[in-house]
Amino acid sequence: MTDLKIQLKAVEKAFGKNHVLNGVDLDVPKGASTVIIGGSGSGKSVMLKCILGLIHPDRGSILVDGREVTHLGAKDRDETLRKFGMLFQSAALFDSLPVWENVAFGLIQGRRMDRKDAYKTAVEKLEAVGLNEDVGRRFPAELSGGMQKRVGLARAIAANPEIIFFDEPTTGLDPIMADVINDLIVKTVKDIGATALSITHDMASVRKIADYVAMIYKGKIVWSGPIDKLDNSGNEYVDQFINGRADGPITDEAVKEALGKTA
Amino acid sequence: MTHALEQCGSGANFIFDSCQAIGHTMLKLFTSVGRLSVFIFHAVVSCFLPPYFGRLMVRQFIDIGYYSLPVIGMTTLFTGMVLALQSYTGFSRFNAESAIASVVVLSMTRELAPVLAGLMVAGRVGAAIAAEIGTMRVTEQIDALTTLSVSPFKYLIAPRVIAGTLMLPLLVLIGDAIGIFGGYVIAIHDLGFSAGSYLTQTWDMLETEDVMSGVYKAAAFGFIVSIMGCYHGFNSGRGAQGVGAATTYAVVSSSILILISNYLMTQIFFS
Ligand SMILES: Nc1ncnc2c1ncn2[C@@H]1O[C@H](COP(=O)(O)OP(=O)(O)OP(=O)(O)O)[C@@H](O)[C@H]1O
Ligand SMILES: [Mg+2]
Repeated sequence: MTDLKIQLKAVEKAFGKNHVLNGVDLDVPKGASTVIIGGSGSGKSVMLKCILGLIHPDRGSILVDGREVTHLGAKDRDETLRKFGMLFQSAALFDSLPVWENVAFGLIQGRRMDRKDAYKTAVEKLEAVGLNEDVGRRFPAELSGGMQKRVGLARAIAANPEIIFFDEPTTGLDPIMADVINDLIVKTVKDIGATALSITHDMASVRKIADYVAMIYKGKIVWSGPIDKLDNSGNEYVDQFINGRADGPITDEAVKEALGKTA
Repeated sequence: MTHALEQCGSGANFIFDSCQAIGHTMLKLFTSVGRLSVFIFHAVVSCFLPPYFGRLMVRQFIDIGYYSLPVIGMTTLFTGMVLALQSYTGFSRFNAESAIASVVVLSMTRELAPVLAGLMVAGRVGAAIAAEIGTMRVTEQIDALTTLSVSPFKYLIAPRVIAGTLMLPLLVLIGDAIGIFGGYVIAIHDLGFSAGSYLTQTWDMLETEDVMSGVYKAAAFGFIVSIMGCYHGFNSGRGAQGVGAATTYAVVSSSILILISNYLMTQIFFS
């Protein structure tokens, strides 16, 4: 059995009456790329934030490198967070800072790196996501959505973290740039030996970057396995999702509504 | 008979419902007071512990201090002028015009400059802090800070609280001077005082104690404004609506707290 970097056991989270996570069990193997698929609003982003400690789960246990992280003190949490890089779904760039400083933020403020060295690293990372030095001097509000996403990606990998979370890395990108980003994720995992946990709806991306796939539905992991089992998973949820069919066991309210309208 | 019973039942229901509503509100009140206390404790501690963010601090000093100058200047100037005019209408009936300088000086330094400056800064700075931090919360920038190992308390809140607490006293000192100047201009131009005698009266009335009481109040108000702005922004609800509500709460709560704490401090200082 491979080493586990992250392990979730029966994690539950509700916002008021909205039960988002209903006992999530997930194993994330070390040094590999795991991809989570699942419908919109099924709790994927919430799950990532629970692992990072940005949202406190109501119940359950989360282990990072075998260590329980759900009830850490400020100092231990800080230490744990240093292992992580995160690309937020909304990019979450600091709009008061120029792009390059966004990328170098963790290095300058978090790790007290010299500004000049940090600038060099930032430019390198920006180039890796297909943006030039010129873009680095602009402000996030002056960039397109896809460009912001790439800056967020550069920021996530800037400090060469052990674990990287990508929340929909290719959403909003053209197919060519999406492929560049997919390659970058694969390369990051291979080169640095990082553990990647990504969320995506983009099946082309799944096939390119995933070593393992897990599917979440109604706050539970309904299937997980290596990528080569994805097509014969024998799981009807997975089949419906990867083939993008409207009819099947997944009857989200949204799907129902859409069906009602077309019928 | 059944009718009477029903009435009785609905009466009991009414009492039960209102008790429940009151209980609910009290619980909510206690939770928010508790949350606010924890927040303030956290914020104050992070003002004193490293790392310090010098650049950000300077920016906040400029934002909160320098850019509030016009607003505070206008407010205190016109207040000083009105004070002179109004006290003249009152005092000229008793031939007590010589008391005008003392009214202007005492009211400005003790009460009006700190309270008005506090309220104006609550509107200008408190709202801006709540909106900025609220937007950062809603757009996940605060989460991003945390994941980059930078404490939002040290990076966002400490600089604002420090700048607010230190800059408002300075603004009030300037406001004192401008307000007194406003009174002087009216006294000389409209009320027929001679510059020399009005200035002497003013100088005689000016006590360090009065000025300092205003300065202490200003520090307290600066703290209130910045901490309430940060608190409401930090706990902002989702979306633009959440940020809007946070801004309103920040201004309203800090204005009310300024007025209440001003009363309490006046009690303490002058009794
Ligand atoms: N901070 C929050 N407060 C209240 N509810 C929240 C919060 N964050 C998420 N939710 C709710 O949790 C549910 C899952 O949200 P989440 O963002 O995890 O979905 P997702 O699976 O990432 O969807 P998508 O693919 O559209 O990004 C949603 O119903 C959302 O309304
Ligand atoms: Mg999401």
